[in-house]
Amino acid sequence: MAGLATQFGSGAMTNSIGDFKDSACLLSIGANTTEAHPVIGFEMKQAVKRGAKLIVINPRKVGLVRHADLWLRPKSGTNVPLIMAMCRVILENGWHDEAFMAARCENLEAFKESLEQYDLESVSRITGVPAEDIKAAACMYAKNTPAAISYAMGICEFSHGTDGVMAVGNLAMLTGNIGKPGAGVNPLRGQNNVQGACDMGALPTTYPGYQSVTDPVSQAKFALAWGKTSGLKPGITLSEMFDAACDGRIKAMYIIGENPMLSDPNLAHIEKALRSLDFLVVQDIFQTETTALAHVVLPGASFAEKDGTFTNTERRVQRVRKAIEPVSGSRPDWLVTCQIAQKMGAQGFDYKGPYDIMNEINRLSPSWGGITYERLDACGSLQWPCPTVEHPGTPILHTHVFTRGRGKFMPLDYFPPFEMPDDEFPFLLDTGRALFHYHTGTMTRRVGGLNRFMNEEKLQINPADAQNLDIRDGDMLSIASRRGKVTARAKITDVTPAGTVYMTFHFRETPSNLLTSPGRDVVTATPEYKACAVKVEKVKVEKLKSGGEG
Amino acid sequence: MAQTVKFTIDGKQVTSTEGTTVLEAALSAGIFIPNLCFHPDLEPYGGCRMCIVEIQGMRGMPTSCTIKVAEGMIVKTFGPEIDKTRRDALQLLLANHPTDCLACVKNQRCELQKVAAYMGVTERTMQRTARPQAVDESNPFFKLDRNYCILCARCTRTCNEITCVNAIDLVSRGDETRVSLFQDQQFMESICRSCGECVARCPVGALVSKNTVIPSSEVLTTCCYCAVGCSMYLGVRDGKIVSVRGNSEGKSNKGKLCVKGRFGIAEFVTHPDRLTSPLVKGENGQVQASWDDALQIVADRFKTYSPDEIAVVASARTTNEDVYAVQKLARAVLGTNNVDNCARL
Repeated sequence: MAGLATQFGSGAMTNSIGDFKDSACLLSIGANTTEAHPVIGFEMKQAVKRGAKLIVINPRKVGLVRHADLWLRPKSGTNVPLIMAMCRVILENGWHDEAFMAARCENLEAFKESLEQYDLESVSRITGVPAEDIKAAACMYAKNTPAAISYAMGICEFSHGTDGVMAVGNLAMLTGNIGKPGAGVNPLRGQNNVQGACDMGALPTTYPGYQSVTDPVSQAKFALAWGKTSGLKPGITLSEMFDAACDGRIKAMYIIGENPMLSDPNLAHIEKALRSLDFLVVQDIFQTETTALAHVVLPGASFAEKDGTFTNTERRVQRVRKAIEPVSGSRPDWLVTCQIAQKMGAQGFDYKGPYDIMNEINRLSPSWGGITYERLDACGSLQWPCPTVEHPGTPILHTHVFTRGRGKFMPLDYFPPFEMPDDEFPFLLDTGRALFHYHTGTMTRRVGGLNRFMNEEKLQINPADAQNLDIRDGDMLSIASRRGKVTARAKITDVTPAGTVYMTFHFRETPSNLLTSPGRDVVTATPEYKACAVKVEKVKVEKLKSGGEG
Repeated sequence: MAQTVKFTIDGKQVTSTEGTTVLEAALSAGIFIPNLCFHPDLEPYGGCRMCIVEIQGMRGMPTSCTIKVAEGMIVKTFGPEIDKTRRDALQLLLANHPTDCLACVKNQRCELQKVAAYMGVTERTMQRTARPQAVDESNPFFKLDRNYCILCARCTRTCNEITCVNAIDLVSRGDETRVSLFQDQQFMESICRSCGECVARCPVGALVSKNTVIPSSEVLTTCCYCAVGCSMYLGVRDGKIVSVRGNSEGKSNKGKLCVKGRFGIAEFVTHPDRLTSPLVKGENGQVQASWDDALQIVADRFKTYSPDEIAVVASARTTNEDVYAVQKLARAVLGTNNVDNCARL
């Protein structure tokens, strides 16, 4: 999300889900919306039915491809040259929005200069997308306004994912598709409250409301409100925490509702990190691979058992309401945290309930000043920024000026993924989600009916590759990278392109993140889940009997 | 802005907006016209013939769900002709519909039952003509019992217009007409994504959730799965979640849900595997401990680390209030900015 924050001043979805119906063109990049965000998928398909153009850019033949006017199938990790080439085509043909660029944006010259390397011929070679398709996509996106871009982790989860996001931001600014209904740049967030977790300051660099920890004014404000606060030095990111645990710099961790032992990349490294800790506290609703390593496990309450709010992908804050009492012995997460603080002798954690916490958020986070329970109960939801109780909320960002002032065009260079296939590990492994499960499956794997749809990991492999390796559907395969090995049955499908194999990360029996790459985005440290090199082999029957790995 | 339209229904002056159907205008003006195939989320269909009216200057009895209001229009919703035609249409639907209402999960929530009651129809006057039809119970969450189907096509239109999956459609003609999947497959063999939007719109007991329990109360909340933030009602009975229903007022989902939200919540929330006691690791592994002891251990140990030695991972699944509290603990109590969440993953 750092990409958009750099360019626009805010990393959040610029528009609303309901906006897709007003779009003349939808550009979906690196997203499997019908699987990962099904209800947004409905909305997008309905827009297409009503006549909107749909361009899908994805190496995988995702569900939306069936509804698309144009499908570009770039090689994994080549989003930057592809989108930059579209920018260049738009500029060369004069399809750009000159007035918008002049009035609202900056740094155009440097950006134009960096486009020189992205001629159609070279980009077509790098991406594997025919030049005429790149041109057609550029034309379709630029000439059908308003046009909305949506993307997900297929942009971000590369070692140069931030560049991918900024390429998208460039494309939108170039065509004036910012600050209008039906336009925008829309990152589709993964979890129910990932937007809210960032809004609330669960980031090493920002207090609630994206107030920088390095800003002395913010620090003074929070020190005054809380009596004490952290220093001006930014903290370390999740991936860095595990590195620091391995080498002993981090000695204790408090992990809530996360299962890095299945969800995080390069699992052997995560396990080493967690085992190196002097003290690990994990709070969750079920035993997981991560709670198993904890010194203290604290049982939290599920969303159905507590009051509060979630912020969805479109910055919409909505109430969560307690439907049933916490399951015997469990406690709401906020209460557990506050009780730890109180036992440590801290003041300011004696909230009577989430309502009190929201009052404090309203006071300290300017963009949330007007998001009160009273208003949420009355009108259902509010989209931040919503600074006062009179403010109606903000469905569309950057309508008159960008949050940062002027939108910044970014010159970008192309870098391939950290780890590319070679002779020893000839396939690229891509990972992602499936409709019927959620993350590490701690919730969905416990729903019998969902397991009927999908109860084991399957390695998706292209028919051409399967033929070369003499693999048949259902064959047991071993998939190995430089870091580990798992076994899974084959599913032969042209959803995955030749040369690329695909797995989810929902199954503890097949922990695909044993394989994934230590590569990280150079800016945000987002792991490169979408590309690592693996080899695929058929498992011989006798080997199976002696028990496979993973 | 849509133009205002003034017209008359049964002598009453009604104001509506351009583009509204006569049926919708009547319903929102508090004038009931019986209907079955109409659904506010779906395109007008005119299939069930229940909503027929007379409109001055128009021949015959048009279906009010397919006619748009016009300035000065004069609509009549009742009369002997209308009543007789509606009754005949209703009898045709009832002829092949089971009458064991007490045994039906839709009893008292069935729209066919309501229309029959409104029309004062208490018995069938036409002979049953259709053969028993196949019941598809392959899906773990819902079943399709075609014997209850009235061919209103709400389900097939939902699958076409709302979810755009097109797994189901009406096939064949005459008394062979039925809701079918491609090549008469079962649901589980088909491209159906099991979202249950069709189930949510079925007016009768044809497409119903398995294990239906009517809740004693409902609580409006937000789904716990992906970041769409679907607004939903959790139905509660005897301290358990027994149903999930999309909230049509919800701004992000407008009532829609996916398979996980609709069918994947109740079972995990009260699953026997839920952690019910704090655990503290001793020499023989993790053992149960009291909350007080566990919290004291955590507090005592946390005090021994310097800000640079400790790190906190907040959860992107928990509430804003939960997250706020934990980052405040990190900063104001532990004194560290080492706090992050899975946003990068």
